[in-house]
Amino acid sequence: MNSTALEKIKAAFPDATCTTVLDSVVVEVQPEYLESTLSRLKNDPTFNCGLLVDITGIDYLEYPTPRKFRFHVVYTLRNWQDNLLVQVRSAVPDPQAGIATVTHLWGSANWGEREVYDQYGIRFNGHPDLRRILNHWQFEGHPLRKDYPIEKGQICLETDSLENEIRSRLFENGIDETTMKDINTEIMFLNIGPSHPATHGAIRILAALDGETILANVNEIGYLHRGFEKTAENRTYNQIIPLTDRLNYCSSMINNIAYAKAVEAWLGVTITERAQFMRVVLTEFYRVLDHLVCLAAALVDMGGLTNYWYLYNEKEAAYDLISRLTGARLTSSFTRIGGMYRDFYEGWEKDLELQLRGIEKGIGDALKLVETNRIVHDRTQGVCVVSAETALSYGFTGPVLRASGVPFDLRKDAPYYNYESFDFEVPVGTTGDIYDRFMIRFYEMAQSIRIIRQAMKHIPNGPINVRNSQVCLPPKDQVYNNIEGLANHFKLIFEGVKVPAGEWYDSFEAANGELGFHFISDGSGQPYKLKVRPPCFYTMGGFHKMVEGNMIADAVINLSCINIIGGELDR
Amino acid sequence: MALGLEASLGNTVITTKLDAVVNWGRQYSLWPFIFGTACCAIEFMSAAASQHDISRFGAEVVRFSPRQADLLLVCGTISYKQAPILKRIYEQMPLPKWVVAMGACASSGGIYDNYCTVQGIDTIIPVDVYISGCPPRPEAVLDALIKIQEQIQGESVLVDRHNDFKGILD
Repeated sequence: MNSTALEKIKAAFPDATCTTVLDSVVVEVQPEYLESTLSRLKNDPTFNCGLLVDITGIDYLEYPTPRKFRFHVVYTLRNWQDNLLVQVRSAVPDPQAGIATVTHLWGSANWGEREVYDQYGIRFNGHPDLRRILNHWQFEGHPLRKDYPIEKGQICLETDSLENEIRSRLFENGIDETTMKDINTEIMFLNIGPSHPATHGAIRILAALDGETILANVNEIGYLHRGFEKTAENRTYNQIIPLTDRLNYCSSMINNIAYAKAVEAWLGVTITERAQFMRVVLTEFYRVLDHLVCLAAALVDMGGLTNYWYLYNEKEAAYDLISRLTGARLTSSFTRIGGMYRDFYEGWEKDLELQLRGIEKGIGDALKLVETNRIVHDRTQGVCVVSAETALSYGFTGPVLRASGVPFDLRKDAPYYNYESFDFEVPVGTTGDIYDRFMIRFYEMAQSIRIIRQAMKHIPNGPINVRNSQVCLPPKDQVYNNIEGLANHFKLIFEGVKVPAGEWYDSFEAANGELGFHFISDGSGQPYKLKVRPPCFYTMGGFHKMVEGNMIADAVINLSCINIIGGELDR
Repeated sequence: MALGLEASLGNTVITTKLDAVVNWGRQYSLWPFIFGTACCAIEFMSAAASQHDISRFGAEVVRFSPRQADLLLVCGTISYKQAPILKRIYEQMPLPKWVVAMGACASSGGIYDNYCTVQGIDTIIPVDVYISGCPPRPEAVLDALIKIQEQIQGESVLVDRHNDFKGILD
């Protein structure tokens, strides 16, 4: 497929350099043509790249092969219908002078560009609100630049007021100064978070209210920014696995697997059949756990505490099962580049089946209280509706996008690990309201359980790690008994897996949507750069589109039904 | 055989020290404020859920207003952006108050030794008990709770704690 896509893109952009890297077509353009190229890729029906997946910057300061310009930007686009993934790259001659914004093409560019500005100091001309997003407003410098020392922390004394932002948002929504000042239509500002039970973590929601109705909303994130990307640049590839646990900590193993898959894709390593099946089973199991926590918390916010016990107790029991397998409850670190840490233990299949039945019972009990409950319907149906166009524009993926009626799921559209041979359905919503976002998670859990049962039935026996001493640690008897095994072990631990120099993007259908990893390798055992494409980040970027015009209480349940996880949102 | 006041009043009164009776009350009715930011908050949810059941130790009345809480449980990583909020929450809690740093991040920054992570919340507010683990198991939360209870037992109502604390934000 990609060869024809490559031809088409080459024909459309004769001046650009086009290549294919893994599944994506990479288009290298001159900075002055960047905006027109992106615009054409979006608007031309032959390409139809409606989804701006991610934007990232690159600092080539310490890269072994020097570049003419230090900074580059990369836009990752996707045509979800034809499974076409395009990356547009351009040099940035002067970060201070900047490049043109694409916020008028995609809503997701707003937060994406802000992040690049915050981390790399590249300006985007014409951006409506170019300010820091992950770091605090008193921060000086740009941390992902290679000359910024990793340990140089900067104290923040006060939280940003967000007053200008909310006022300009009000203005954008057609509310002028006179309405704000008139005693009859006076507007109330309400701040929720970042330390508030409704935010499930650390997110700040500022709303301008007319009575209980939200007229304008701005949100601030970055309270859990832990420097994942900078830290990853100083770790070997296997050492990053524990860091990935802490991205979406409700489904830690999905992150482990997505990360390992991305590295293996570039290494050209095909993991063993058994490891592939294990990864499918565990991914789907964690997808269920993730949805369980999301729904349990969301129903508490709606006032249904009983559901919390039905759903959360099953998650708690599942933790016991997971700790029997991995030794940890939450942060499993269970994958390795080239396979898995351990095989399933004796009796896993029986334990898993028991747990699946428990989960099914919990889901059934909760559904009995929810599915035909008038109160739940009234609270959720037709509330916080987001159309398919808005959802795509803001880069929504996963259950939140599918609730708006877009049947995009990487497991179906770009299958990996034999997903094409499993019998399962992708639930799709009709209206894109809170009800759809809720129910999709309930249905997805049932589908995931279906996949797990099929995978456990067909899982082959065999090794779980590839036999490649450049990638996987050799068996212990070789390490202790011969010099070659010892040397391999030593080199892998100290220097890490040597990954060939290059740049690539690989994505995975995580519980919240498309979880992507954009790597740059300089050929050493540590990534030169590692950017995560977190699904939550872009969902949160469109939050104001969901809640404006609805009531403040709806904003609370809307936040819980999109499952924002701080670790992944802020990294 | 009673002595002193108890001898003349019979079985109707018990005499004790003020410290002992106040501490007894405080010990078994701690009201926690959960400053949950990250993974540790999920493990706190488990500590509060049926299996581990924090109410066995009298601390199940989770408050989300600092003005109604006396035990601050900091569950998760504190970034420099979050730090002023943590400090304000701590200051809003009435005296006496106790602080637990749950997990490696809150205790020392954990695996995040970098530009955005506070290297232990004890650089911002005084901490009474630290819990190790990344994240700690729910049992460890209960253990910390017992440690706080033991600490309360030895305190006096006449002594203000930590009034000489100076952090990086002071």
